[in-house]
Amino acid sequence: MLTNERRQVGRAMPRIDAPLKVTGRAAYAAEHSEPDMLHGAAVSATIARGRILEIDSRAAKAAFPGIAAIYTHENRPNAAWLDRSWQDETAPPGHTYRPLQNDRVLFDGQPVAFVVADSFENARDAAAMITVRYEVETPETDLTTKLAERYVPPKKRSGISPPPDPRGQPEEAFKEAHFRISGDYLIENEHHNPMELFATTVLYGADGVLAIHDKTQGSQNVQKFVCNVFSLSQDKVNVINAYVGGAFGSGLRPRHQLFFAVMASLDLKRSVKFEIARSDMFYLSYRPAMYQTVSLGADAQGRLTAVLHDTVQVTSRYEDYQEVVVNWSGLAYRCDNVALTYALTKLDAATPGDMRAPGAASGLFALESAMDELSYEVGIDPLELRRRNFVHFDQNENKQLTSKALRACYREGAARFGWERRQAKPRSMHEGHELIGWGMATGIWEAQLQSAKARVRMSANGQVIVQAAASDIGTGTYTILAQIAAEALDVPAEDVSVQIGQSDLPETSVEGGSWTAASSGSAVDAACLAIRQRLLDMAQKDDASPLKDATVEEVVIRDGHLRLDTDPRAGVAISELMARAGETAIEEEGKAGPDAKQMKSFASYTHSAVFVEVRVDEELGLARVTRVVSAVAAGRILNPKTARSQILGGVVMGLGMALHEESMIDHRSGRIMNHNLAEYHVPAHADIQDIDVHFVQEFDDKASPIGVKGLGEIGVCGVAAAVANAIFHATGKRIRHLPITIDKILGETVGKAA
Amino acid sequence: MPSAPPSLRTIPITLTINGRRHDLDVAPWTSLLDLLREDLKLCGTKKGCDHGQCGACTVLVDGVRINSCLSLAVMRDGAEITTIEGLGTPERLHPMQRAFMEHDALQCGYCTPGQICSAVGLVSEGHAHSRAEIRELMSGNLCRCGAYTNIADAVEDILEQQQKAAAE
Ligand code: FES
Ligand code: FES
Repeated sequence: MLTNERRQVGRAMPRIDAPLKVTGRAAYAAEHSEPDMLHGAAVSATIARGRILEIDSRAAKAAFPGIAAIYTHENRPNAAWLDRSWQDETAPPGHTYRPLQNDRVLFDGQPVAFVVADSFENARDAAAMITVRYEVETPETDLTTKLAERYVPPKKRSGISPPPDPRGQPEEAFKEAHFRISGDYLIENEHHNPMELFATTVLYGADGVLAIHDKTQGSQNVQKFVCNVFSLSQDKVNVINAYVGGAFGSGLRPRHQLFFAVMASLDLKRSVKFEIARSDMFYLSYRPAMYQTVSLGADAQGRLTAVLHDTVQVTSRYEDYQEVVVNWSGLAYRCDNVALTYALTKLDAATPGDMRAPGAASGLFALESAMDELSYEVGIDPLELRRRNFVHFDQNENKQLTSKALRACYREGAARFGWERRQAKPRSMHEGHELIGWGMATGIWEAQLQSAKARVRMSANGQVIVQAAASDIGTGTYTILAQIAAEALDVPAEDVSVQIGQSDLPETSVEGGSWTAASSGSAVDAACLAIRQRLLDMAQKDDASPLKDATVEEVVIRDGHLRLDTDPRAGVAISELMARAGETAIEEEGKAGPDAKQMKSFASYTHSAVFVEVRVDEELGLARVTRVVSAVAAGRILNPKTARSQILGGVVMGLGMALHEESMIDHRSGRIMNHNLAEYHVPAHADIQDIDVHFVQEFDDKASPIGVKGLGEIGVCGVAAAVANAIFHATGKRIRHLPITIDKILGETVGKAA
Repeated sequence: MPSAPPSLRTIPITLTINGRRHDLDVAPWTSLLDLLREDLKLCGTKKGCDHGQCGACTVLVDGVRINSCLSLAVMRDGAEITTIEGLGTPERLHPMQRAFMEHDALQCGYCTPGQICSAVGLVSEGHAHSRAEIRELMSGNLCRCGAYTNIADAVEDILEQQQKAAAE
């Protein structure tokens, strides 16, 4: 039997890519080069809506003899014409933005010219000398003035469920409810701001083959995009994203730096690198601003009798970006009268994009704030209210759940936090000049499985190589894939070589939605099973083999032998099997994907309970989060170390959402004013104190073949609400407008969104 | 060599980088960060903002941590520079690098070299005595992956080891 010390899966091993990363040896997209390569720089529009009248680059050309090309809408090389050629696998419906397509300016910061020169500085400085004349039109960028122009997106975005039809009699039930609360919630645009700048390095091969190092969450998604847009065959385009310096969703769609670098490289037949500036990162993608209304009705015991959740969310003029915002309100708690509506409104802005727990992070802020408010109305503990409304199935789709250990999250999270010591009344806990507040919220995210393939190669000498076109954007993919193969083939995980982040490896969808561990992990597991089957076939060629009558389920790989699980003494050395078959290694592919039949009757979610302590300085209005407990139910945990980090990261982003993050737009010009890291505040060391991550036991044999549900998003879900609820408990002020900054804490905001 | 506007010439400087002497001709506007990354291919030092707002580009200049994006290379003529590559190698990690690995004080790894150089600088400054001080004095290094608590653990670990060693 396998002893615990030998288990590879479930072991808190350090990341296998850590030695390269802590020594600066891991090379990111902009860190590949070639002698005499060219560098790009973009000129960004300084208006949010209008037309380009003239672009004058004479001064730049005169000053910089090293300029290789300046591209504008007037001279750019041809690219694909059809919309569908520009639509990557994650694109929303609409007309995908095409850089330099024509003279129209659709959003602030849109690149209007691209300079290629012999050094980074020359390209940057030449770009700064290019002047652009515009015909300016009045932009509309304020969501709150565009609520009336809401519309239901005519075409649904693939992979996104629209709200379910209403059930029961929501309006009537709300009117007749014993307890009723209703509130409007406003969230501002937030930007992903991964630490690595978006960059693409195109190495132009002698044979015309492009090696493209791109900052992306999917090398094959980028490969297909480049092939479609530039009419290239796949064998001419190799995309590499071996190391990705964070993305959080911003790297799902191919970004314009890719287009520019490839365009220039093909045109000039040279290698080109283009790394965008931090300020330009604010023009790529963002978590969209939205206006939400949640109304809850409950009976005398606090059981929900009506849930109404309505959202109007920002999108661009040219695409209908959609996320799942309101559906969570129909499945988080038991309720028979539910109305959920979701609409978009168009602004003069770039298309928003998926950002860590897209939709859920925003929707749960409103729902979980409302649940907190209801608990005070009913007069029971907020945690008790949630327990009373527990639901064990997906009421939106009327499906069973593959597992839901949320009660354990409530119980164990509350115990770790010390929730029972909470004094119910707002403003009842303080220390010195600080008010103390304790708040909590539930988190939910969908546990999904996507199609994924993987190849595993095992050599006679025990070397193991895992290959897949998966990505590791800081998530720990390298490490967990090594652990899965190591456990199946019984070698130390440290000895497994994992090759991912390359488009010519086995097919994998983009890294997103928390599905990589479950999907690619299951594919690796399947490949290892196929290896075991091959070995067994080899063994059974020998009539005297002790494994003669065994099935693949009855054999295991141990110590370089194929053995009977029930009788480990009966076995045969793998090296011997391979030698007999004349092989030095065996290689198998495995695949995983959603099980359509099971999905008809089962839905799968990860859950969490988040508990937060805030301390609010009453005079200064300063709120600090001093303690967080995040108790998570996410099926099997492959590596407690990297899993914990995933939750830590989600919690920190949630704290940023709650207290700091907001892209400020000057609505007169339609321009983002704080497009830098000094004025757009992401949490810093000093903001982050104690975060306790706890995984509850949850067994799930349906969410994925390996029992994993995924962790990338669940950490952020519910955090903003838990903070807002803690601030209410501390101060008695219900703030429904994120981020909760000092002015809102000091100001008169009770009962109003804005 | 990349072309420059004809009226401007490069300036000769000498830098000792990770123990190796470099005689260089640099353009007056080249930042220390771009010199390291683009000209010397020492890409362990990262660019996260180019404006002194994120700390990804932190290196040690004569033992002191600085944002290399805020320094022109020509300003550092004669200096000793240590980058992440000079602290340790994958086979022989610096204790701070090892502590980062063990505490999982990194996720995507992009802020990591800057965090480590900053932490090494912090320890030698000798101002940090508590976790609160570590947090405060490391606040120039942003980590969007949110590895902060683990980074603080790693730095605290090294500080304690040092204090213990000093006490013995
Ligand atoms: S790159 Fe120097 S501080 Fe950000
Ligand atoms: S580890 Fe990704 S930014 Fe710090």
